[in-house]
Amino acid sequence: MNETKAPEAPRKLGATAPRTRLSKLFDNRWAGLAGLLIALLAPFVNASDYALSIMTSAAIFAMLASGLNIVVGYTGLLDLGYAAFFAVGAYTSGVLATRFELPLLVTVPAVIVVTVIAGIIIGAPTLRLRSDYLAIVTLGFGEIIRITANNLPVTGGPSGIYGIPSLTDSPVTFYYVTVVIVAIAIIGASRLGRSRLGRAMRFVREDEDAAEATGVHTYRVKLAAYIAGAVWGGLAGVLFAGHLSAISPNSFTFLQSALVLMAVVLGGMGSVPGVVLGAIVISLLPELLRGVADYRYFIFGVLLIIVMLVRPQGLWPARSKEALK
Amino acid sequence: MTLLEVRELRLAFGGLVAIDGLSFSVGEAEIVSVIGPNGAGKTSAFNCVTGFYRPTGGTIAFDGKSLLGKRPSAVAAAGISRTFQNLRLFGELSVLDNVRAGSHLRLKQSVFDALLHTPRYRRTERECTAEANHWLDFVGLRGDRCSEARNLPYGEQRRVEIARALAREPRLLLLDEPAAGLNHAEKTEMLDLIRRIRDLGIAIVLIEHDMGLVMQVSERIVVLNFGKEIADGRPEEVRRDPAVIEAYLGSDTHA
Repeated sequence: MNETKAPEAPRKLGATAPRTRLSKLFDNRWAGLAGLLIALLAPFVNASDYALSIMTSAAIFAMLASGLNIVVGYTGLLDLGYAAFFAVGAYTSGVLATRFELPLLVTVPAVIVVTVIAGIIIGAPTLRLRSDYLAIVTLGFGEIIRITANNLPVTGGPSGIYGIPSLTDSPVTFYYVTVVIVAIAIIGASRLGRSRLGRAMRFVREDEDAAEATGVHTYRVKLAAYIAGAVWGGLAGVLFAGHLSAISPNSFTFLQSALVLMAVVLGGMGSVPGVVLGAIVISLLPELLRGVADYRYFIFGVLLIIVMLVRPQGLWPARSKEALK
Repeated sequence: MTLLEVRELRLAFGGLVAIDGLSFSVGEAEIVSVIGPNGAGKTSAFNCVTGFYRPTGGTIAFDGKSLLGKRPSAVAAAGISRTFQNLRLFGELSVLDNVRAGSHLRLKQSVFDALLHTPRYRRTERECTAEANHWLDFVGLRGDRCSEARNLPYGEQRRVEIARALAREPRLLLLDEPAAGLNHAEKTEMLDLIRRIRDLGIAIVLIEHDMGLVMQVSERIVVLNFGKEIADGRPEEVRRDPAVIEAYLGSDTHA
């Protein structure tokens, strides 16, 4: 364990442990504002189409990670098929927008409804399973969604859907719209975590029996976590469809699910600033490594292994130490 | 007035009979101890009452209503709290969060309150924290309430678990070996705590191996051996019961 990490205030006995300036700086709110500021100012540094596209993808990826964090980080349910909800959102939005020529924004209510249903369909029968079995079922579900999209006429088969209208005309505005939506989603996920339901999710993660004994209906809480994760993933899918204007089954492979999970684990399970940081590292690192061409993913993999060896708890682990109000 | 009524309870795992026709009742604000050698079926009986095991026969009624077939969270909602033999705290969560779990059922807070941080969100969170602090004061917790529960010493963790069970505001509290692993001074405090809980009007069923504690605190004692009830009576009666002495006390000179 690395003891030099900044975010933790020194442990002191008694309820009046003074909080250092450093721990205040790393208070989630300030970190969130700083992150938002960086995201808003980034186009002033580099606003090439390429850079904007990468940054938009990174923001969408951060939203995915914050959604999966509700399932994996808060509730402790291992989900290996998270890209399925991403796909359900992107396809629902893409099909509605191209078939009925609807603006992307109008498809959002339908996406929410469809992803909630998808969450219930997958969650209701499987959440009775123990965590390792659940992982296998979610893995299978992820593949089923991708293969279904690959074979249905309405989803355009292997070539997918193209010509999806964007939310805005210019990539710069789309980037800003994405940042605002993603920021709201991240704040939402964080607030959910600090609520009655979010606490119940953590009780389930820590000890299901003890949670039941205190009156937490663990099955309902797990289902709620699953549905929340599905909605977050689905809405990220809408942004994804609008960003690329074309989607195909290739965007929703197991690798995508694994990468989101990697962002959550790398950043620190259960920690909102952590998973956002993890998502940004996972999505930007391969781009920064373009210089080494063929060795890109080799170095990417080695770096991930090194990070997990040095900081197994994640880059920015969740703190359970409470600040006094 | 009878609060908990267990009749002819039977529990079998395949061919192994863990509980064989157990009957006992607990009145309001009464302290009843369940004692017996290891493997006698005490914890199994707790698990049947709280919905963790499904009994193969018999009836369990709480306040006149059957508890059979209810899941543990529904039993908790009906007004029964429990602690576990091996501490089952939420170790990585703060001490306060552990006790807040007890308020879960009473907390009127929707997801929208949480997402929008409505005045109701702030009020319910404040109340929940105040309740948690109240129960931690009640059990006399020493130590940092804001840090992770697993960092507390063992005896303090026991108190946190009881505070969590009390925050549910139960009418019946099941304590599974609350004094196990405590030193002499801590046991005395536990004895005092159990009495103070009863004085709140909460009935207590206690599984305990420490005979000194059991004899001092119980109003009635139920003795189990091999899943069968062999005695039920006041401490002084049970102490003299030949069947009990043979099955249990006779084999344990510390008693």
